[in-house]
Amino acid sequence: MFDNLTDRLEDAFKKLKGQGRITDVNIATTVKEIRRALVDADVNYKIAKDFTDRVKEKALGEKVIKAVSPGQLMVKIVQDELAELMGGESADFNIKGEPAVVLLSGLQGSGKTTFAAKLANYLKTKKSKQVLLVACDVYRPAAIDQLHVLGDQIGVEVFSDKESKDAVTIAKQGIAHAKSNGFNQVIIDTAGRLAIDETLMNEISSIKQAVRPQETLFVVDAMTGQDAVNTAKAFNERLDYEGVVLTKLDGDTRGGAALSIKYTVGKPIKFVSRGEKMDTLDIFYPERMAQRILGMGDVVSLVEKAQEQYDEEKARKLQKKISKNKFDFNDFLDQLGQIRKMGNIKDLLGMIPGMGKQIRDLDIDDAQFSKIEAIILSMTPEERENPELLNGSRRKRLAKGSGNTITEVNQFVKQFDQMRKMMKQMTKMGGMAKAMRGMPGLKR
Amino acid sequence: MGIFDRFTRQNDEQEQKKLEEGLEKTRTSFFGKINRLVRGKDTVDAEVLDQLEEILVTSDVGVETTLDIIEHVEERVASDQYVSTKELNRLIRDEIAKLMLEDAPERPADFDAPLPTKPYVIMVVGVNGVGKTTTIGKLAHHYKNAGKKVILGAADTFRAAAVDQLTIWSERVGVDIVKKDMGSDPASVAFETVQAAVAADADLCIVDTAGRLHNKVNLMNELTKIKKVMSKVHPDAPHEVLLVLDASTGQNALEQAKQFTKATEVTALALTKLDGTAKGGVVLGIADQFKIPIKYIGIGERMEDLQVFNREAFVDALFSGATV
Ligand SMILES: Nc1nc2c(ncn2[C@@H]2O[C@H](COP(=O)(O)OP(=O)(O)OP(=O)(O)O)[C@@H](O)[C@H]2O)c(=O)[nH]1
Ligand SMILES: [Mg+2]
Repeated sequence: MFDNLTDRLEDAFKKLKGQGRITDVNIATTVKEIRRALVDADVNYKIAKDFTDRVKEKALGEKVIKAVSPGQLMVKIVQDELAELMGGESADFNIKGEPAVVLLSGLQGSGKTTFAAKLANYLKTKKSKQVLLVACDVYRPAAIDQLHVLGDQIGVEVFSDKESKDAVTIAKQGIAHAKSNGFNQVIIDTAGRLAIDETLMNEISSIKQAVRPQETLFVVDAMTGQDAVNTAKAFNERLDYEGVVLTKLDGDTRGGAALSIKYTVGKPIKFVSRGEKMDTLDIFYPERMAQRILGMGDVVSLVEKAQEQYDEEKARKLQKKISKNKFDFNDFLDQLGQIRKMGNIKDLLGMIPGMGKQIRDLDIDDAQFSKIEAIILSMTPEERENPELLNGSRRKRLAKGSGNTITEVNQFVKQFDQMRKMMKQMTKMGGMAKAMRGMPGLKR
Repeated sequence: MGIFDRFTRQNDEQEQKKLEEGLEKTRTSFFGKINRLVRGKDTVDAEVLDQLEEILVTSDVGVETTLDIIEHVEERVASDQYVSTKELNRLIRDEIAKLMLEDAPERPADFDAPLPTKPYVIMVVGVNGVGKTTTIGKLAHHYKNAGKKVILGAADTFRAAAVDQLTIWSERVGVDIVKKDMGSDPASVAFETVQAAVAADADLCIVDTAGRLHNKVNLMNELTKIKKVMSKVHPDAPHEVLLVLDASTGQNALEQAKQFTKATEVTALALTKLDGTAKGGVVLGIADQFKIPIKYIGIGERMEDLQVFNREAFVDALFSGATV
């Protein structure tokens, strides 16, 4: 199901080996495989077809040079083409206006309200705007309360009228309130609606006409399937929106909908939203998205995530210790803590290209790491600093103290030892980033 | 129209119409196309099968399940060289019906059927925004209408105003609710809800949980804990773990089903937002792979807009467009 493209293509490409040129005949299976991989990533079927036709055209006649496998060649063509499609000119976000107005639109449950608050927080803290949130979801129970709670959290005023069911009037009053109270940025949250709901589509068109927003955004769940094209198109026909927001990207969806939408309406993806906390708003990186759709691993994100948690000073000390083979259990415990802060371990490993498949089949359980923590915490300070001390009787004590079997303790100590050696080698190679760049399939 | 006689268990005509409207869309876009593509052809050739692939895949059925269906169709066609439109319709319909029916012999019980135990405890789970809370409001409405005493538990203490949202639903429907302050331990809310249901001699208690993405280990562990705590009040509780899926979700729904099942042993599915243009075809693969029956479908935002899923009728309705 979640086979990545590279995995899938390996098979198809075996057939290409030993042939000098990519031809119509020998590429047919490959093209089908690519199409299916894209569809599995939720790229719209017709778009996947169109896309692979383009790839095929590019690939036809390409010489299969000895140094590059036909597989790598095809993956490169696919990746380049995809990144180009996703990219285009970088999208500005217009916050000029007195006040500047952002209008949010989208299906039910797509994440508009959470995004409204995140955007408010971003414009307030990063762009020093005086932001007013306006609550125009007059239908869903407690939707207005939800926005108020979030507004309080980030210290942004929320304009609402709980007595009214007239979203257009509330929007207008919101703008008036902003003007007379010195707000220079307004964000209007609206109710989720189906594209085929005439009444509600008319309502949001009227809001747009009434408030003339600088930015109308279409908010869409990254997990959306084949229907993404229909919805994105229908909303665009009614609202002619400026851009798209992709939400819930912290999940493990491939996010093929992003490609479908870009392809269909040609509007830029302006933000991605990846979490429930207020600071999980990102700008959009086309290349990362292309890689994600292809299942190539989100390497750049991984490295960045690692950097966020990185303490230079500490790292330098650690590096020294590792190279002297003095990495001890205290350091390990520390590292575990760091990794935990970044997210769960399976996710992190899954981001490394080439690791994807192995990891998915592995049953990595964060509970496993709690076990390890328990073992380390049962050690004396002396033992933690000197892993060599752990003889049979000490291990027995650790097993008892941490509620593990002696075999488990032995296993862990052995693994720790191996890891220590591996890390020493890695530092010789020059750190994680470099080690990763050396990995196959990552040349760009 | 005749096909919908199967739905006679629904006594509310308006509901009936709504479902028909919902299915109408699915039918015309799904099997209506099969009808179009086989019309005028008496044999099944590669082109037809390719088009079948397209139809299934654009309904979010997914490559694997689609290829399975096609393979079976091909096998059966191979034994009988010349297959007519009519036969092909029946054949494809059979193959899809199999995915839905094979391992789910029982139809889900209707709202007025007696519940197997008292109180019957339903825990509702799913990713963010799929429609958990709304589905609970609708379920409460239907079960209350069927004469059952219902209690709700607001164990989403995390999302802003989630407790308020469920409270409004409880007032709208007219049932009791157990709730605590935002930020309190969801497991303790779940525990007290089941306790309250026992004390009040309720027939049914439904526990809401915060939406969470299935790849967040800590949050999934929390869900396991919420589930476990309920069994301390009532050894078999929760009797049902209902996973809510959004019909517009693509292939990721399979992973959702997998991970939520791992954390909470999901026993049933609810498929929401079928009133939109999305087809929800991914449930075919889920029903097949995880052997989880689909119990309810959501077809709107009002409290009436929920139906007991009727597989046979659902498949029939899907196909009726293709045999006209
Ligand atoms: N059109 C339509 N909308 C629905 C349906 N079911 C739920 N919704 C809407 O979807 C949105 C999200 O529903 P909620 O019930 O809040 O979803 P949830 O899963 O509880 O969300 P969180 O608790 O935030 O994870 C609301 O606007 C609902 O009105 C349905 O069957 N059809
Ligand atoms: Mg909810």
